[in-house]
Amino acid sequence: MLQGWVIASVSFAYLGVLFAIAYYGDKRADAGRSLIDNPTIYALSLAVYCTTWTFYGSVGRAASTGIGFLPIYLGPTLMAGLWWFVMLKIIRISKANRITSIADFVSSRYGKSQLLGGLVTVIAVIGIIPYISLQLKAVSNSFTILLHYPEIVMPAKAAAQPLLQDSALYIAMILAAFTILFGTRHLDATERHEGMVAAIAFESVVKLLAFLAVGIFVTYGIFSGFGDIFSRVESVPKLKSLMTVADTGASYGSWWSLTFLSMLSIMFLPRQFQIAVVENVNERHLARAIWLFPLYLLIINIFVLPIAVGGLMHFPDGSVDADTFVLTLPMAERQEALALFVFIGGLSAATGMVIVETIALSTMVCNDLVMPVLLRWKSLRLHEQHDLSGLLLSIRRWAIALILLLGYIYFRAAGEAYALVGIGLISFAAVAQFAPAIIGGIYWKGGTRQGAIAGLLAGFAVWSYTLLLPSFAKSGWLSIDFIREGLFGIALLKPQQFFGLAGLDEISHCLFWSMLANIGCYVAISLRVQPSVVETGQGTLFVDVFKRTAGAEGSRFWRGSAQVQELLPLIGRFLGPDRARASFLAYARQRGLSSIDALEANPDLVHFAENLLAGAIGGASARVMVASVVKEEPLGIDEVMNILDEASQVRAYSRQLEQKSHELEAATAELRAANERLKELDRLKDDFMSTVTHELRTPLTSIRAFSEILLEDPKIDLEERKKFLAIIVKEVERLTRLINQVLDLAKIESGNAEWHTANIDLHEVIEESVAATSSLFSDKRIGLDMALPGNVPKVRADRDRLIQVMLNLLSNAVKFCEAERGRVTVTLSAEEGEVRVDVKDNGSGIGEADQNTIFEKFRQVGDTMTAKPQGTGLGLPISRQIVEHFGGRLWVSSELGKGATFSFTLPLNGNGAERREERAEK
Amino acid sequence: MTKRILIVDDEPNIVVSLEFLMKREGFEVAVAGDGEAALREVEAKKPDLMLLDIMLPKKNGFEVCQTIRANPEWRAIKIVMLTAKGRDTEVAKGTALGADAYMTKPFSTKDLIAQVRQLLENS
Repeated sequence: MLQGWVIASVSFAYLGVLFAIAYYGDKRADAGRSLIDNPTIYALSLAVYCTTWTFYGSVGRAASTGIGFLPIYLGPTLMAGLWWFVMLKIIRISKANRITSIADFVSSRYGKSQLLGGLVTVIAVIGIIPYISLQLKAVSNSFTILLHYPEIVMPAKAAAQPLLQDSALYIAMILAAFTILFGTRHLDATERHEGMVAAIAFESVVKLLAFLAVGIFVTYGIFSGFGDIFSRVESVPKLKSLMTVADTGASYGSWWSLTFLSMLSIMFLPRQFQIAVVENVNERHLARAIWLFPLYLLIINIFVLPIAVGGLMHFPDGSVDADTFVLTLPMAERQEALALFVFIGGLSAATGMVIVETIALSTMVCNDLVMPVLLRWKSLRLHEQHDLSGLLLSIRRWAIALILLLGYIYFRAAGEAYALVGIGLISFAAVAQFAPAIIGGIYWKGGTRQGAIAGLLAGFAVWSYTLLLPSFAKSGWLSIDFIREGLFGIALLKPQQFFGLAGLDEISHCLFWSMLANIGCYVAISLRVQPSVVETGQGTLFVDVFKRTAGAEGSRFWRGSAQVQELLPLIGRFLGPDRARASFLAYARQRGLSSIDALEANPDLVHFAENLLAGAIGGASARVMVASVVKEEPLGIDEVMNILDEASQVRAYSRQLEQKSHELEAATAELRAANERLKELDRLKDDFMSTVTHELRTPLTSIRAFSEILLEDPKIDLEERKKFLAIIVKEVERLTRLINQVLDLAKIESGNAEWHTANIDLHEVIEESVAATSSLFSDKRIGLDMALPGNVPKVRADRDRLIQVMLNLLSNAVKFCEAERGRVTVTLSAEEGEVRVDVKDNGSGIGEADQNTIFEKFRQVGDTMTAKPQGTGLGLPISRQIVEHFGGRLWVSSELGKGATFSFTLPLNGNGAERREERAEK
Repeated sequence: MTKRILIVDDEPNIVVSLEFLMKREGFEVAVAGDGEAALREVEAKKPDLMLLDIMLPKKNGFEVCQTIRANPEWRAIKIVMLTAKGRDTEVAKGTALGADAYMTKPFSTKDLIAQVRQLLENS
């Protein structure tokens, strides 16, 4: 028989030890030799995650769902892998902004919004109270069970006990007192509690040892090892099924959703945030926690299944609640000391959770709920009080007491409706609502205050409707009808089959709908609403925290004037005048100044003061308070953006400059090329003009010379006179021809030539051209062969122009053929889609190098030959222009000394001409 | 002593007119149709004056002028450049290369004769 006083005194002794550790930890911290500046202690303190829910509840859950207890630990293990990215960022942000709680974090991110801070606080308090009541219930139950040692009696329903005999009430009171002692002994500027963290690390070790002790006792004392237990399980079908996941979609679904839920919880439970972020001494500690904390979870879970199946086999009749196996198994084996140790382990798990959770909540309630209201309440005349630090402390103390009281009330009211694990999951689902606003807030600059508020409200509403209200209904506070029939009897509104979504367990169901609503509202409204100046500033500080040096940046968003004589008393009112003076002095010394009076009230100091105050009353309230004593000049959104983006702008500018310079270089190169082209064109035009001039002057020279000769000398004999006049006539003809061709080419090139397009029979064109040049052939006695098939289709072209081309080709052929031996062949043929004409001669031929130049203006082959060829040098260029106008091609194939063949083609459909004309019209 | 004139041009009709004019003035006349032929003529029998076209096949007037001026024996030959390209740069180029006068086509026969006479009298 264990006497109540024995249990009570061992419990108090244990709490005394915790308190001693905490006291020692605080002393060390004050002396500057931090006890918790140690990665192992940091990792152990994170194990505050394991509450009585783990200690007792895991076995209970394992007994009913087998390995279904695992997701609660898989989630954090997975999340720990991401800590180096996510948690490190949150820690860095929180240190830079002196974040005191998760509510403060959300409110700071979204423009230091008091509304958001308050909202997060309310959700956290409502969500966490069942969780706290769970701890009370566990401790009270274990106390009651232990009290009946060695008999195993399940505790009567809590509600059945008279209030004053209810151990849970006393436990709540003791925990409240203890938490107040731990957490609110003084106001710390950074809201850190080193002693408490040391004590939490210690209690993590105690609960682990206690659980391992039971595990080893059950596995190796009652049974003979893991193999023995699991081989026995094999023989009991009901137990065997516990070892696998039920093979249905829903059970995998709940595995996934529980894992996801606990991933979020390890980040966003207020106590986890408190320990992992606010109490963090050095962000490098995270590196060890990433593997040590999952290891802790693994170890504390090793014996869960053996204890669960051991219990099930030991108490096969079901008279003993599986949640109590951890305690009842040692009792059944009459292990008095072990049972007491287990009770202490459970107490340890409960106290750790309650202390950290209520401290975290009380900070939130005080900073984000009560202070903003009190500070607004002018009639309280808070502005006139010199020292508000006492007030702050008492608000927190009352908040702690109130939270525990609410936990107790929930415990009395909810009674036995839920197993431990069920209550815990309700809380998990509540804090999961913070995830979109926080995760979104640190990675997405576009998240806005309104979006976060909408998301939180929507998620919280869905959570309340699908999880909290049904839990009330199951506890008998509400009519169960609205669960069965849906609100107002509308089936779609059934809280656990919302919009007909059935087949999920209630947690997965709630998680699905609440996350959908939360994320949906957050994203949709964020995208619609333009963030304010402060939000933009804070958003960038949070998202880009790694890109900026901590601390100094914040002050750059502030502009105005302030007085040290006003700031110091303001801080003093909340922190206490002495503390404030000490902080200011430290700040002054840090800057190499000897006293506070030497401080300059610049933006840096204002920022320092606001941060100092934020540590005490939260970012949102601190901003309001500081704003009340300084004259602030509002910054425009442009200015904030300018400051924020200065660094990135400099980078962007240099990138832009680089780009611009590239563009300039490219443009310069283009311009240079264009200039070259223009110069080239200019040169060509110049050359052309010069050539034309030359070609005009040459005949004029003869004409002038002979005219003058004839004019001056009437005695020239008739023969010579005739010869000279003939030269004059010929040169005039040459001049005329030249002028006509130049004009013709200019007209074609400028697109002003007239074209008379019709269906042309090339047969006729060739015949006519040959007839026109027959005298040339007969003069030089050059033979002409023709191969003209009669069935060649007609082409669309200008008849006169084609004759012009043919005449040019034929006269060229004659020109380059030797007299008498020359032979010219004209061939007409129809090819695929086009008609082709070849004019072949056996003249001197054209070297490969000249085959392109002959189509240039005034480029006559023969320039370098002694015998100057006749003609203007414009015939081929003009011919090519004509043929190309009708969509055809004109080219030459030749070898020097072996004659030349000039060929041209014209398309049969005759579209070429129309195409060109259409284009010209456009 | 009859002065000897070498006419270098590739335009047959211009050659005819120049030949007529020079002969009428009582000069001895030789003709070349391109730059190389001109140099051969000079080598064969040194003229007193050349009427030198610029746009010539094989070797243009500038090259011919340059070759002649490079030979000390031929320094005394007077060179009158004739060209249909009347650009200032060409006038300058011809003068720089050692031409004694420059006439733009179409020229006045009187001016040409006066120019030729003046050059031959000074020598």
